[in-house]
Amino acid sequence: MNPYLPVLIVLVLGVGLGCILSALAHFIGPRPLNKVNTDPFECGVPATGERDKMSVKFYLTGILFILFDIETVFLYLWASAFKQLGWFGISEIIVFLVILFAGYIYVVKRGALEWD
Amino acid sequence: MGLDELLALLKTDTAIEIIAAVIKILVVLVVCLQVPPVMVWVERRAPAMMQRRKGPNRVGIFQWRLYGLIQSLADTVKLVFKQEVVPRGANKVAYHMAPIFGVFTALLIACAIPFGNDLMIFGQKIGLSVVRLDVGFLFILAISSLAVYTVTLAGWSSNSKYALLGSLRASAQMISYEIPLGMSLVPIVVIFGTLDLNQIVVSQGAFPWAWGVVRAPVSFLLFLICMFAETNRAPFDLAEGESELVAGFHTEYNSAKFAAFFLGEYVSMFVLSCLASTIFFGGWQAPFIPYETIVKLVGGYAWIAALIGFTVLILKASFFMWVYVWVRWTLPRFRYDQLMGLGWKFMLPVGLVNLLVTALVMAALEFH
Repeated sequence: MNPYLPVLIVLVLGVGLGCILSALAHFIGPRPLNKVNTDPFECGVPATGERDKMSVKFYLTGILFILFDIETVFLYLWASAFKQLGWFGISEIIVFLVILFAGYIYVVKRGALEWD
Repeated sequence: MGLDELLALLKTDTAIEIIAAVIKILVVLVVCLQVPPVMVWVERRAPAMMQRRKGPNRVGIFQWRLYGLIQSLADTVKLVFKQEVVPRGANKVAYHMAPIFGVFTALLIACAIPFGNDLMIFGQKIGLSVVRLDVGFLFILAISSLAVYTVTLAGWSSNSKYALLGSLRASAQMISYEIPLGMSLVPIVVIFGTLDLNQIVVSQGAFPWAWGVVRAPVSFLLFLICMFAETNRAPFDLAEGESELVAGFHTEYNSAKFAAFFLGEYVSMFVLSCLASTIFFGGWQAPFIPYETIVKLVGGYAWIAALIGFTVLILKASFFMWVYVWVRWTLPRFRYDQLMGLGWKFMLPVGLVNLLVTALVMAALEFH
C-alpha cells in the first residue's frame, strides 16, 4: 500500500467536511437577501469595495520569503546528512551561511525590512 | 465464504494494514474535531476566571449545566442556522474555497504526528501515525505552508478593505515566521540525526533531561514564538486586530463558513501543540517511565502502553493549548512593524547562530 494513500483519504475527508459546513449554511439558513445585506462591511459609509492597491512592501516580503525559505530547505539536506559529512559538511555550511548572511545584511542595510 | 476464510483473509498483511489505516484516520479525525468545541469553551471560561467573572455557564442538558460545556454546541447550531451572505463583487470560487483550505491543511499535518510507538500486530509492524514517513519534518513544513492560502484567499476574495488589509498583514506575517520556524527545527535534525518524527521521540527517551527542550532550548523558544505567529494568535493576532480591522480576513464571512475558520484555527493550534510536544517534550513518552517499563507494567500488552502514550501526548498538547489561552490574556498585541522586525531582525539571525552553535557543539562531541 502506498504510504501516502491515507493522507489522500484524510485530504478528501477534510475537504468534504469543509464543503459540508459551507453547504449547510447555504441550504439551512434563511434565504431572502437585499442589497444592503450584501454590501461589504464599511462601518456605514457607502461601500466602494477595494482590492486593487496594496503596499509594495508585501511583494518585497514575499520575494525575501522565497529566498530565505529555500535556504532553509538546503539546510535540512545538510542536517539530515550531518554525521556522514562530518567536518567537511560543517565547513561548507559555514561558507553557505556566511554568504546567506551577507545577503541578509544587504537586505537590512537597504531598508527592505523597515515598515513605516 | 465461511467465517474461517474471512478470518484468514483479515489476517493477511494488506487487510491488517488497511484496517490499521482506517482506525488511525478515525482516531486522528475524532480527536482533532473534538478540540475546537472544547477549546472555544476553555477560551471563554479561562479569561472569565482570570478576570473574575463567570463566563458562559448557562447552557447545559436539562437541569445539568456542566459549567456551560454545551455552549459550543449551541453556538455551532446557531451559526449553521444563520443567513449565508456572500458580499457583492466577491470572487465566488476563492470565497468558498478559503474556509475549506483552513480545515484540511490542519488535518493533514495531524497525519504525520506519531501518537504512539510502533506496534507489532500479527507479526506486522504498524507505525502509530496516519502516515509514517522518514521525511516527516519536510512533510509538516510543506503542508503548513499551505495554511497561508486560507488567509490570502479569504481576504482577497471578499472585496472589502478590512478583509484585504487583514489578509495582507496576516499572509506577510505567516510567511515571515515560516523562516524562523524552519530554522528552529534544523538543529533538532542535527541533534537527533533523523527527519522521522517517531525516531526523534524514541531517541529522546523518557527522562526530561534528554528531551529536545533541554538539548535545544533556543530552538524551543523560537518554535514557541513561531507557533503563535503561524496560527495568528495573540500577541500576533494582527490579522484580526478587532480594534482596527473589524475582524481582519474573515470580516465578510458568516454562518457556518465562519465556524469553519474557527475549526481550522483551533485544529491547527492543536496540531502545532502536538508537534511541540513531539519534538521538544518527548511526544508519547511518559516522563520518567521508559516505554519498555510501561509495557512490562501492563503485562506485555503493547496496545495498552500505546494507549497510555497517546494519553500522555494529549496531556502534553493540552498544556500548550492552555499556554495559548494564557498568553492571549496576558500579553498585549504587537504593532505591525515590531512584529515584522521581531521575525526578520531578531529571530532569523538568532536562528542562524543557534544552528551554527548547535552544529559546532555536536561536531565537537561526535567527531573526534
